[in-house]
Amino acid sequence: MYDVAIVGAGVTGAMTARELSKYNIKIALLEKCNDVAMGSTKANSGIVHAGFDAAEGSLMAKMNVKGCSMMAETCKKLNVPYKNNGSLVVAFSEEEMKHLDTLFERGVKNGVPDMKIISKDELLKMEPNLNPDVFGALYAPTAGIVCPYELTIAAAECAVKNGVEFIRNCEVKSAKTDDEKITLDTTQGEIEAKYVINAAGVFADDLARMLGDDTLHITARKGEYFLLDKSVGNTVSHTIFQCPSKMGKGILVAQTVDGNLLMGPTAEDIDDKSNVATTNSGLDTVKKFAAKSVPSVSARNAITSFSGLRAHADAHEFILGVSEKNPRLINAAGIESPGLSSAPAIAEYLSDTVKSVLSDIKIKENYDDTRKAPVRFRHMTDDERAELIKKNSSYGRIICRCETVTEGEIIDAIKAPAGARDVDGVKRRTRAGMGRCQGGFCGSKVVEILARELGCDINEITKFGGNSNILFDKTK
Amino acid sequence: MKKDMNCVACPLGCLITVEYEGSEVISVKGNTCKRGDAYARTEITNPVRSIHSTVKVNGGEHPVVPCKTSGPIPKSAIFDVMKEINKVTVDAPVKIGQVFIKNVCNTGVDIVATNNDNGK
Amino acid sequence: MINYDLAVIGGGPAGMAAALKAKECGVEKIVILERAETLGGILEQCIHTGFGLHYFGEELSGPEYAAKFIDLVKETDIDVKVNTMVLSVSEDKTVTAVNTSDGLIKIQAKAVILAMGCRERPRGALQIAGTRASGIMTAGTAQKYVNIDGYMPGKKVVILGSGDIGLIMARRMTLEGAEVKVVCELMPFSGGLTRNIVQCLNDFNIPLRLSTTVIETHGKERLEGVTIAQVDDKLCPIPGTEEYIECDTLMLSVGLIPENELTKQAGISLDRITNGAIVNEMRETDCDGIFACGNVLQVHDLVDYVTLESQIAGEGAARYILGKDSGEKVYIKTVPENGVRYIVPQKVNIKSKEDIKLYFRVGAIYKNKKLTVEAGGKVISSKKKVKLAPGEMENVVIPSDVLASLGGTDTIKVRVED
Repeated sequence: MYDVAIVGAGVTGAMTARELSKYNIKIALLEKCNDVAMGSTKANSGIVHAGFDAAEGSLMAKMNVKGCSMMAETCKKLNVPYKNNGSLVVAFSEEEMKHLDTLFERGVKNGVPDMKIISKDELLKMEPNLNPDVFGALYAPTAGIVCPYELTIAAAECAVKNGVEFIRNCEVKSAKTDDEKITLDTTQGEIEAKYVINAAGVFADDLARMLGDDTLHITARKGEYFLLDKSVGNTVSHTIFQCPSKMGKGILVAQTVDGNLLMGPTAEDIDDKSNVATTNSGLDTVKKFAAKSVPSVSARNAITSFSGLRAHADAHEFILGVSEKNPRLINAAGIESPGLSSAPAIAEYLSDTVKSVLSDIKIKENYDDTRKAPVRFRHMTDDERAELIKKNSSYGRIICRCETVTEGEIIDAIKAPAGARDVDGVKRRTRAGMGRCQGGFCGSKVVEILARELGCDINEITKFGGNSNILFDKTK
Repeated sequence: MKKDMNCVACPLGCLITVEYEGSEVISVKGNTCKRGDAYARTEITNPVRSIHSTVKVNGGEHPVVPCKTSGPIPKSAIFDVMKEINKVTVDAPVKIGQVFIKNVCNTGVDIVATNNDNGK
Repeated sequence: MINYDLAVIGGGPAGMAAALKAKECGVEKIVILERAETLGGILEQCIHTGFGLHYFGEELSGPEYAAKFIDLVKETDIDVKVNTMVLSVSEDKTVTAVNTSDGLIKIQAKAVILAMGCRERPRGALQIAGTRASGIMTAGTAQKYVNIDGYMPGKKVVILGSGDIGLIMARRMTLEGAEVKVVCELMPFSGGLTRNIVQCLNDFNIPLRLSTTVIETHGKERLEGVTIAQVDDKLCPIPGTEEYIECDTLMLSVGLIPENELTKQAGISLDRITNGAIVNEMRETDCDGIFACGNVLQVHDLVDYVTLESQIAGEGAARYILGKDSGEKVYIKTVPENGVRYIVPQKVNIKSKEDIKLYFRVGAIYKNKKLTVEAGGKVISSKKKVKLAPGEMENVVIPSDVLASLGGTDTIKVRVED
């Protein structure tokens, strides 16, 4: 029996697993997909928000401002790229300028430091490629960018290294609670735990309902994005927002930590919680609104488009802590934006909750909250590369030429704790297939390496688990 | 009767007009070489094609090695020939031109290797 | 640092022909750097026939065509480094590469020939809406799975793009037992060779739908179907023409892009239309001693032309290395006009004393037109053409005496005329 079973290995689940792994308790991290970060976390803007959006006094506001302040240090420990680039909410009218004042005041109340309302001239000096029709902007220097799945992968790796058991392809079918425990009936068999942390994203209400808590209602709110080539990655340096509406923060244009340019997301409530298809109308909306902020951005430079689902709770507030209906259920639900920004703070919050319910909980002596930096051949000097290949020749074989990824890095990604099991998993960990040719050249090689390292036939390798197989039978 | 066809004898793809009665060709127009004339006549009387595929190889650098028909086969025999190709397994090493099947499906044409495989 | 006279980047048909020609012209130390396990490049997976008719006068498969050059390379003392990826080429002709046996290699060459070939345009560039299911791949990737690895990448296939690779794969998949449901082509004409439409589609009753594209993919894990729609003359989907087609595989054959990342890094100027380097008649780029040939320079229709072009580059590099190109040079521009999309080479030396062949493609299908060449304001030739198509490379010869009669401010123009 586990002390804690965390359902859902998105950024919330993985960061919480890492935080809890410092204690002398038995933890399982359950994920219904073949990898971590496969739900809302995967298709996310990757913005660390400063914290002026959420309502004053809300959990969302507290978690956001605190999470934002913790992010740089967390990323440093986990060796995840983080950039404190600051954000700009851009106004296009006097009315929107007034709205910036509201945001500013709210930010001050939420405890967001160093914000400034800046003039058109200042703004265009900071971001010369913005639409010259801007009136001004709210500048929040504490905002940053981080890769959401990289953070999650690193957190899960750190958690597993500290003893957390990561169980993938483990979907909860039903659940029951008795005096001592919760029993989860999963696609990997029965799993018993004293406490269950519900970090199931858009499915958090379904899981809560299985455990007798019908107070949650989560709506899947789709957001569609374009990812543009690195050649236009420097079009803006700050994250550019437009004035928010009731559906969210609107379409942003932002650099990613990898140097691409991201534009999106749309916001559309949908019924099917597994529908992550992009739509022509959604992508058109992205193009239109992104061009309003930054006229030069064009989908012609797109290397891919994608969409993700936000887990929107009716009250637009994080639902954190022990369920009112089931004392063994700890909810971490309704984690939509600023969920990524809040993740380090939410992990601490939930860890405190667990401490309050589990007796005899102590910090382990050998706990290590870091993750070793993965080898990144493309960032090395030639001397470092030569040295590396001398030690291990697999770093001398380039598999992905667009992103300069070596076979050694791919093997590392597969062998890592909670490592890659499919082509997309390798891609997220190493960037192999992430470049301009989108895996056209390296895809089949990655399949070969996966099959070899996992000891299976190449037609068993999938794109992202399930039935997403790449090959059928042998031709002969 | 008249029929327009694109010659496949070479990548030029000339548009040829053939005039014929039954299986007797009266005239061929539009071709720019002799091969086009020959192609058009066969296409009316007995259309033929060359095909290419792979056969399974034991101990090879790759699991399969490519092959082709050593000459054109009747169009109608394509899938029968494929069935025969699919039955073959060869051992590495394989040399270009090596015959895998002699006189496949009684067409008078062989199935031959089109790449070398020096083995693992 | 290892010193070579000539470093050739890429060991496909272009790189091999260029290296062999340079050797023949007297260059001593030559190295070919190839990223794959063997020489041959993309030809290794092109197991269909149709290669070599012009150059060898016989119809060969891709591997057979490549093998002839591989054998010739083996007979020389040209160094070949396979499994070797070039990371950068600098203006001073230092080539940095890696492989598992030598580690990081730095080569100082007197001349460099860029022969990296091209890559396929991926889905992202097309903006097809829908899911990110597996089973969506470029035709070339599928070709590798079927022809080299011996696996079926799909059973029910829709192909988008009627370029030659798409057509060839329609037949390959059919022969191996898959059902190819339809080939869709965005343009009102096919970009492939006519013979391939006949042999690869018509022979197997595979429909070719022109002015049609894929607008959406369906299926959460493996692909389950696609929505296709007709497009108007602005290439925009026409509402109401949508049609769902059940399939487990979508193959994309939607264009090839010369692989010029190294070229750009070296600071070499590119042609906006070809996406390849701007070169002179010897295929020398605007960086002295760096040459380019094959599909990295312009996407060719036939490998035979790749070979011929690469021999020019090989000879050019040899002259450069051996100091035989010291004569006077006056470059004039070649200008594509009405209907002609581009011309390679983009500039020619009027003092070159040799006939120069210009290669180009037209932008649309033309029937019964003339190809007119104008040099220095005078029409020097006007040749009748029954058919001109974007899928096929055309060429015209500029005789040396015409070149000699031109001045430094003249241009050579090629156009389609009635």
